[in-house]
Amino acid sequence: MKATVLIRPKEGILDPQGKAVERALPALGFSGVSGVRVGRMVELEVEDASDLPSLCEKLLANPLIEDYEIQEH
Amino acid sequence: MRFGVIQFPGSCDERDALEACGRAGDATMLWHEDTDLGGIDAAVVPGGFSYGDYLRAGAIARFSPVMGAVAEFASAGGPVLGICNGFQVLCEAGLLPGALLPNEGLRFLCRQVELVVENDDTPFTRECEAGDRLSIPVKHMSGRYFAPPELLDELEARGQVALRYAPGQNPNGSERDIAGVVNEAGNVLGLMPHPEHAVDPLTGSDDGLALFRSLAAAPVTA
Repeated sequence: MKATVLIRPKEGILDPQGKAVERALPALGFSGVSGVRVGRMVELEVEDASDLPSLCEKLLANPLIEDYEIQEH
Repeated sequence: MRFGVIQFPGSCDERDALEACGRAGDATMLWHEDTDLGGIDAAVVPGGFSYGDYLRAGAIARFSPVMGAVAEFASAGGPVLGICNGFQVLCEAGLLPGALLPNEGLRFLCRQVELVVENDDTPFTRECEAGDRLSIPVKHMSGRYFAPPELLDELEARGQVALRYAPGQNPNGSERDIAGVVNEAGNVLGLMPHPEHAVDPLTGSDDGLALFRSLAAAPVTA
């Protein structure tokens, strides 16, 4: 089956990438954008979907600094 | 004292690390596929971009064959020094607490910084006195030390913050100016600055030698 894993910096952790994007937007004429956070998306195919949480904990995300969300398709 | 420096695909500071170790003892290079550390007395995980730093810095290197041997060596009390990318690898491997995040300023940093020795009672800092200042370069993109506040409090209380950036010199936004931490047992040190690049006055400072000399003087327990 196909799955998508979304990985985000944990709430409260400074995300300088998001800040940089946020600061660039007004220069392009987009005002009123705030709270930009940049994460990662991993697409994969797995035989056994029950592997997904531990695969995320062990490699795709670092649970100390990142949250992940698994979407099965 | 025989140091082993571990080379991963993408390491780039292993030669300087070998040179630095060689100034304090004997030094040999190990390869990421080695599963036996060959009887070394201290392991050095050097800087660079192991496995391209894909996913997160250090995330993939921690699964390389040699890291199993490093974990065993560390749990037996063997001293392990992780520098820069090596620090990131040791954090990802769970051998050190915390994580390294992209620099606050998002820029790659390459500059000389001053470090303050916070804990002089580790195998890595015993040639120093608490409060000593060491002039050592940093060069990294993801060096912002992070741990949750309660963990930071525990680390401070247990003396695990071995090195701090001198006041006003925190280059990357690290929590509490932390530049280097040891594990609870004190035999694993990770730091973002590069002591192996500061071993000869020719390059501006030889303050980094103190760490290698400390290790060479430390009793071997592994």
